Amino acid sequence: MAVSVSSYVGLASVMFFIGVAGVLLRRNPLVMLMSIELMFNAANLLFMAFSRFWLHNDGQIFAFLVITVAAAEAAIALAIVVTVFRAEKDVDVDQVRSLHG
Amino acid sequence: MIGFWILGTIIIASAIWTISAKKPVYSVVGLLANFAALAAMYLTLNAEFLAVMQIIVYSGAILVLFVFVIALLSSGVAPFSQGPNRLPKIALPAIAFGFASLGFLMYALSHSMLSYARFPRTGGNLGPVGTAGVFGSVADFGKALFTVQLLPFEVTALILMVAVIGVILLAGDQTPYVPSRKRAGQVERSMREAILRGGKR
Repeated sequence: MAVSVSSYVGLASVMFFIGVAGVLLRRNPLVMLMSIELMFNAANLLFMAFSRFWLHNDGQIFAFLVITVAAAEAAIALAIVVTVFRAEKDVDVDQVRSLHG
Repeated sequence: MIGFWILGTIIIASAIWTISAKKPVYSVVGLLANFAALAAMYLTLNAEFLAVMQIIVYSGAILVLFVFVIALLSSGVAPFSQGPNRLPKIALPAIAFGFASLGFLMYALSHSMLSYARFPRTGGNLGPVGTAGVFGSVADFGKALFTVQLLPFEVTALILMVAVIGVILLAGDQTPYVPSRKRAGQVERSMREAILRGGKR
């Protein structure tokens, strides 16, 4: 019995919801960023599965773009984290008021 | 088949470990296991280049960046490693809503056409690595990336450049570098004085 496409869709959605739960439940900015990476990778897994399903590599190209954007996002977000929390005593995103503008 | 379930178990378990670990370093380790299992799963889906890319870019660059930031921030007085972990008020409704929507999604999946959709064969014998025209080979991917999808590829270069400039603006040295003659003279004078002092203060 071969693995069907819906197995991959189910696995990716479980992974995506774990990422959403991480963003909602954790207050540590680094763990929230890692949860965002989890969601990116869930989307990537779907791109791979459907690319394999249609035997067309546009999905792989799109996953490549997602990886690039994820790298840029991680770099920017970590720079913000370093800038904000260099002087702070506490690392709690609820306590950060300096980004309100 | 068995490989899919083993890898899927690893992926889900390490994802849960990532969001539930007490210290961010443990979260990074969980994410590393997650990405490694995902790379293996990409290999089973004939995405050779993206599997290697996953290891190099995610495990090699992004996770190292995370570890670096954790080390940088926990070297101060405040123990960054033990972040606050209290649950906000929305925890229970969020979990309930999440499970409900996940269950709905699974129900819809099991009744959709996708559960009957099998993966087609890749079209016979896989050639040596690098053969173009074989789905998922590196040559096939590269040919598509540099011919049909050239514009998105260049846009990723632009995005990375913007990210680099943004990071330098955000976290870099705030004092601007002024290449003036006066400043060069100051630097030269201080160096000469240091040499004349012979290293003594």
